[in-house]
Amino acid sequence: MSRGTAERVVPTPLVATSRQRRFVAGDRIFRVIAYGAAALIILIAALFVVALVIPALPAITKFGLGFFASRSWDPVRNQFGALTPIYGTLVTSAIALLIAFPIGLGAALFLAEDARLRLLRGPISFLIELLAGIPSVVIGLWAFFLLTPLMRDNVDPFLQHTLGFLPLFQGTPTGYGFLTAGLVLAIMVLPIMIALSRDVIRAVPRELREASLALGATNAETIWSVILPYARVGITGAVLLSLGRALGETIAVTMVIGNTMQISTSLFASGYTLPSVIVNEFTEANGNVYLGSLFYLGVVLVLITIVVNVLARLLIWRFSGSARAVA
Amino acid sequence: MSLPLVRLIVDRVVGSLVVLCVMLAAIPVLVLFLFVVLKGLPGILTPGFFTDSPHPQGVPGGGVLNAIIGTLEIVGIGSLLAVPVGALIGIFLSEYGRNQVGDTVRFISDVLTGLPSIAFGIFGYTVVVLTTHHFSAISGSIALAVLMLPVILRATETALLLVPNALREAGLALGAPRWRVTLEIVVPAALGGIVTGALLAMARAAGETAPLLFTAFGNDIVQTNPLQPMGALALTVFRNALVPYPNLQDQAWGAALLLVILVAVTNILARVYVRRIQR
Repeated sequence: MSRGTAERVVPTPLVATSRQRRFVAGDRIFRVIAYGAAALIILIAALFVVALVIPALPAITKFGLGFFASRSWDPVRNQFGALTPIYGTLVTSAIALLIAFPIGLGAALFLAEDARLRLLRGPISFLIELLAGIPSVVIGLWAFFLLTPLMRDNVDPFLQHTLGFLPLFQGTPTGYGFLTAGLVLAIMVLPIMIALSRDVIRAVPRELREASLALGATNAETIWSVILPYARVGITGAVLLSLGRALGETIAVTMVIGNTMQISTSLFASGYTLPSVIVNEFTEANGNVYLGSLFYLGVVLVLITIVVNVLARLLIWRFSGSARAVA
Repeated sequence: MSLPLVRLIVDRVVGSLVVLCVMLAAIPVLVLFLFVVLKGLPGILTPGFFTDSPHPQGVPGGGVLNAIIGTLEIVGIGSLLAVPVGALIGIFLSEYGRNQVGDTVRFISDVLTGLPSIAFGIFGYTVVVLTTHHFSAISGSIALAVLMLPVILRATETALLLVPNALREAGLALGAPRWRVTLEIVVPAALGGIVTGALLAMARAAGETAPLLFTAFGNDIVQTNPLQPMGALALTVFRNALVPYPNLQDQAWGAALLLVILVAVTNILARVYVRRIQR
């Protein structure tokens, strides 16, 4: 369009006047500056990679890939492994998604589809968007003072009473641990889950919906057999982006997970996630290998989140591509 | 023809479940706000909250002046770095970026957006703290600047793409060179969107804790020298929450309330702006 031809609008006479030369020079300079800014962010990205790896080098050279298979975390004997915090990260993120996926999808369906309570939709959307902006340390503070006592005195004993035969709900509830951390993560990823699924559901072509309703399907049947199958790829993308956020969430988790280096089948037990180890032990880590191991955990964390995020974006792109093709 | 009972019931049940989900999602937010306000107000209203530095643990009184100044300065310097660069990259993406370079930049920006905030702390730590051998506010500013960059550049690109092409063509047709058309017509037309994006990025940066733990580190006395360790509101919330002294915990809640107010105000501003655009 016009933007592509803009440069060709400039006349190129055989002998350029000084005014014309300035005209062209100004555009060239501006172009160089703009490209320079683009080059800068590419440079920052390269520097980022280096900056993540360098402080981890002492641990990478010492432990290599064995780091991932080792459960030890022994500052005295300088033996470190990532298995325990990886376990904690996976467990808490899984709990978060198990809670946030159904609730988020339901809320998204309401916000995108439901004709009832139309007036409430705007405020609810705003509230949930606001939650996405609340600093994680504030959510952590709230969880630390209000959620942990609530879990310890009410929720955990109830779960133990009803489902205590499962190994998941055994042991003494302290309020701190995998379950509380997972719940906090669920609250924190809900805004992403809801906003993305809502947009995906809204992108389902109207004709499909109307055809289904015209054939006599109820709203529930339309959701189940038309909307959800169509939106499946996009919703999977939303879940993955939520997962990406949950994996890397640091401060709020650190405040409620109990910070103990252990693998336990009980969800009431204290544990550790990748980012919370780094934050919690950074100031006390002495020695190159200890400190390096913390940064090695950082490298692992960043790699996992990048894979999850890229996958999520590919799915969402594929979905919006197919939605456009039909519409 | 009336619906078979089972189908009717299923439909109603799904309808109620969906409402239940919205309530389950909204209630924690309401409770959160309620508590931050209720618990934060006493903290803020304590004499000295805005004017004193923290007292040592166990000594009553004290305030968070060090953290307020620190947050303003760290985020301020970070914004000075991130806003011009971010806006310029946004201009590049919208005006020159329909090529492989543009796609690369967009990809990098998306990846940066998805990174855990702690990664930016490690970045600032290696790039500044390790090279200068001590913690400093400026290292925090740099970490936050990189964190803000993708938000600002995407907001700028989106805002610029919303400017009608006819405006660009009109400028070019009047004989203005492209850089003047961009800087004097396109950017002013999109300024609201760019400013909104920058404000949202600053609000997000002000609430970040993890990056500052590795960089600005925290400081209990008022410090304005960017080359020295510095306190910040988010650090006050994090550290004071874990300390068993009521006056310090009150300060944590007060600082949390300040951060929430900041986020709420910028979000409302952004929303008002988006409304105005849509009209």
